[in-house]
Amino acid sequence: MTTQQVLDLYFLDARHKLVEIASFLDRVERAGDEDDFRLKAFHEALTKLNGKEKAKNVLLAFSDLTVKPIAKATTKAACGAYPDK
Amino acid sequence: MRYIEPHAHMVSRITDDYERMALAGCEAVCEPAFWAGFDRSAVEGFHDYFSQLTEHEPKRAAKFGLKHFCWLCINSKEAEDVKLAEEVIALVPKFLNRPNVLGIGEIGLNKNSKNEMRVLEMQVDLAAKFNQLILVHTPHLEDKFKGTKLILDVLKNDKRIKPERVIIDHVEEHTVEMVLNAGMWAGMTLYPETKCTPARAIDILEIYGNERLWLNSACDWGISDPLAVPKTALEMKRRGHLAKAIEHVVFENPKKFLSQSLNFKLEQ
Ligand SMILES: [Zn+2]
Repeated sequence: MTTQQVLDLYFLDARHKLVEIASFLDRVERAGDEDDFRLKAFHEALTKLNGKEKAKNVLLAFSDLTVKPIAKATTKAACGAYPDK
Repeated sequence: MRYIEPHAHMVSRITDDYERMALAGCEAVCEPAFWAGFDRSAVEGFHDYFSQLTEHEPKRAAKFGLKHFCWLCINSKEAEDVKLAEEVIALVPKFLNRPNVLGIGEIGLNKNSKNEMRVLEMQVDLAAKFNQLILVHTPHLEDKFKGTKLILDVLKNDKRIKPERVIIDHVEEHTVEMVLNAGMWAGMTLYPETKCTPARAIDILEIYGNERLWLNSACDWGISDPLAVPKTALEMKRRGHLAKAIEHVVFENPKKFLSQSLNFKLEQ
């Protein structure tokens, strides 16, 4: 696709998602407490938007980068960010 | 346009979904064994589930001219209980000669625990002993990157496993490259919020090429879309991909991988 085609297809959608992110951050700010590991990971991920391979590096910013299996699974669910970073 | 749905949990879907998929051009649906949304209390629960996958679901699909295939295993979410896992693994061979069984799957990891690893190794061994294809589930969200690396290590360390007979599912931008570099197939799952969107999946195709990659919906009992594959085909068309290239990804690729199982036949 040309740049023109990419923008014609995806600009409004991306703009919409960016406004959603901005309003999410405003909402968190209004709620007061911003000391949560998920939020820290979110802010770290935002810094990846300025570099190369943005999608990959945003995903890595939320990832567990340790290498050894954990002792025991105490939950089945994932929450989207790694707590012990 | 014809396509194959290579990963769908149809036991959780209503019959109308089979009809909609058939209308959208689906020719075959493949169903890996997975978690039911709750833990089964005993191995008998898996016996009934495997019977459902090999006897009942093919009949439900056939009413709409759809071929139904399945994969068998104990999933990683129930693998923390190693004793139960051993009982289920002992049960699997009794079902492997059923005509719609494609291999062992979806095995893999969920929280990357030691017991999950042990059960994964046991099931890779099972696949090797019975010369079965392997379909792998990679963990969700923050656990995916580490889990994919651990899974690849297990598979590479077992010299009996041929990489071209393994599909690693649910890849995203941070895991697709290591899977393809290992010589294995990679599945992109079109699932709301936690996995790929059509646009991102097509980005990955445009970056890495159309080989050893497939698309699936992984529709199940959660909010998910059994028509995610044809919708992504439409998105490819909007982006200027030619009909032949689209069919290559949504039909020829899964057919090529799955045809390594003698049970995978599309003609009635
Ligand atoms: Zn699945």
